[in-house]
Amino acid sequence: MPPPNPTADAIVSSARDLRWEAGGNFHDTLMESIYTDAARIADRAVSRTGEQPRFDLDRTIDGLVTSRWLGFPMMLLMLGVVFWITIEGANVPSAMLATLLIGDLYPVLRDFSASIGLPWWMTGLLVDGMYLAGAWVVAVMLPPMAIFFPLFTLLEDFGYLPRVAFNLDNLFRKSGAHGKQALTMAMGFGCNAAAIVATRVIDSPRERLIAIITNNFALCNGRWPTQILIATIFIGGLAPAHLAGLISAASVVSIAVLGILFTFVVSWGLSRTVLKGEASAFSLELPPYRPPRILQTIYTSVIDRTLIVLWRAVIFAIPAGAAIWLLSNITVSDVSLAEHFINSTGSFGYIIGLNGVILLAYIVAIPANEIVIPTILMLTVLSARITGVGDGPGVMFEPSESVSADVLRAGGWTLLTAVNLMLFSLLHNPCSTTIYTIYKETKSAKWTTVSALLPVALGLIVCFLVAQIWRLLAA
Amino acid sequence: MTAAAESGCEACPAHHTGNLIKLGVNMSSWDFVVALAGNPNTGKSTVFNSLTGLRQHTGNWPGKTVVRAEGGFSYQGSRYKLVDLPGTYSLLSTSTDEEVARDFILFGQPDVTVIVVDASLLERNLNLVLQVLEITDRAVVCLNLIDEAKRHGLAVDDRRLARDLGVPVVPTAARQKTGIPLLTQTISEVATGKVVCKPHRIENHPPALKRTIDQLAGQVVTAFPDLANPRWVALRLLEGDRRITEAIGTGEIGDLNQTAIVGDGSPLSPTAQEAT
Repeated sequence: MPPPNPTADAIVSSARDLRWEAGGNFHDTLMESIYTDAARIADRAVSRTGEQPRFDLDRTIDGLVTSRWLGFPMMLLMLGVVFWITIEGANVPSAMLATLLIGDLYPVLRDFSASIGLPWWMTGLLVDGMYLAGAWVVAVMLPPMAIFFPLFTLLEDFGYLPRVAFNLDNLFRKSGAHGKQALTMAMGFGCNAAAIVATRVIDSPRERLIAIITNNFALCNGRWPTQILIATIFIGGLAPAHLAGLISAASVVSIAVLGILFTFVVSWGLSRTVLKGEASAFSLELPPYRPPRILQTIYTSVIDRTLIVLWRAVIFAIPAGAAIWLLSNITVSDVSLAEHFINSTGSFGYIIGLNGVILLAYIVAIPANEIVIPTILMLTVLSARITGVGDGPGVMFEPSESVSADVLRAGGWTLLTAVNLMLFSLLHNPCSTTIYTIYKETKSAKWTTVSALLPVALGLIVCFLVAQIWRLLAA
Repeated sequence: MTAAAESGCEACPAHHTGNLIKLGVNMSSWDFVVALAGNPNTGKSTVFNSLTGLRQHTGNWPGKTVVRAEGGFSYQGSRYKLVDLPGTYSLLSTSTDEEVARDFILFGQPDVTVIVVDASLLERNLNLVLQVLEITDRAVVCLNLIDEAKRHGLAVDDRRLARDLGVPVVPTAARQKTGIPLLTQTISEVATGKVVCKPHRIENHPPALKRTIDQLAGQVVTAFPDLANPRWVALRLLEGDRRITEAIGTGEIGDLNQTAIVGDGSPLSPTAQEAT
């Protein structure tokens, strides 16, 4: 760096003096000059080619979706329809994938490993652990994602998300957060880690921290399958068959809405306590509605989102599968490690309306939320000593819904367990990728810890309260 | 083929359509740096994707591009590095995204700045265009979304606009890939100096302010005679812009001689890099 040069100092100091002469409204004068020129040039270049269309479609749609009365119901309806299509549409391809990967391919692999003379523990670790975990994730996750992501991307392309932000802006401001948090929350419905990066659109560090800490309350795509599956098995299972899909979709929507409520409440709490301050104003542009290019959207959302998310899930599921198999097959005084853990945490699990299996599954699934349900099913088989399903300890079985439901009921699951699992899946620590992203973005171990532990604490409290009230009412 | 026929063909944008080679992110060296600026939600990322062949995610919402995206393309044997800046309404306030865009146009010294504007909202978009033209004199206006403007019953006279702004104006509909070949051609013409811009500068300040600006700009020119935009620097100093004041103090601003830039494939200045 060159030494400070005397002429430069003179310029800076004379600028300081002249600033007083220029007067306080200097910035406004400057903007006015720019606006005048812009208006003049635009006026000369633009001409109306015809009558302005009498019916403005954009305005009409905006009037509906951002209306005071219809805005929120339409938002819920839109989400509900997306989930309903996802739930109804994913059943058949899921079953087909399960038949192919687990019904057909799995025995072939077992026979093959037997024919080349692999020791039993090798076969167990590779085929029963790693292969089945990966296959399970593909069968359960691929169909819902391949339906959900294109639908969501179409809504995004069409221009609906800024309208959601517009509807929610007032609530965010009242809770002392930035209105743009509505946009980052909407991104969190896709992936929390990506949304944490997107909080860069928020300038004030205070409001940005609030957006980061509360982003986990937006259900991410790793958790949608858990919600959808549990809702289908337990809540949809209680309803008459023709209503099952609708009711499952409705219960997933309520969990998502509950997450939004938590976003507001926690934002409000943070901005009244540790992150005090006023909400800053911003202007939100409602972009024109654009007809989505359907084929291109489907292509990019399958490539960009579905396959990337699926790949990540498989990558995490394979070692987790190995871990599950080992936990179930390494025994200490004739009882497997998994059973030791499940038995010792069972009473704590009972207090919060969950069980030891779920707690262990969440520990195994810290790297990726996607594999919670496969882990839970497998561990339930093991701990409840169910025979006839699966093939020995630590083996994942065919994930058809009726079998899953039977297994879970046999494992002592009730409606309360299902509801609390859905709640806990909403309210627990973010996945490891998100935690790492939070650290990279905030550069603060303190705020990273807060973001990781605050949701878990809330989840434990909420599950505890729900369990106590539920049992009081049931008794 | 005769020389006359060849030049006739060369003038036709269709001639070069086949010459555009999309390089994606495979850039090790480049001849020219092109910055992509514009208001939020005018289709910058769509223009970026159609030039580079990348599939950066685009979305119909303002503020989608938070991080600076980079890609490249090759045209007529020259390699161009394309930098997609965050969308901003102005370059005058102090938010992070505006600073990233401003610093890159000023200190990153792109060979060409492409300003993507929404043809159906021309007046508001021109505010940013005029501010960019205050900083740099190598710019191309990409008049995007002309299809949407037409649907709204608007016609934009791009030749008139080009005359008033003093820089080339290319009408495009990037989502349909209309006008992209002409845009590539125009970028290369400005980059190689075939087309010289005489950008519009804002002169309609009140007389008192004008005198103040002239006085300070005079001092700036004396200290840094090679500067392309002394009046703009004077304005920023008057407004107490921290970054510009700093650049005056260190003499960094004196290195910004826009006419002397030769694309040599050297990395960008550290200031521009730290914006990532």
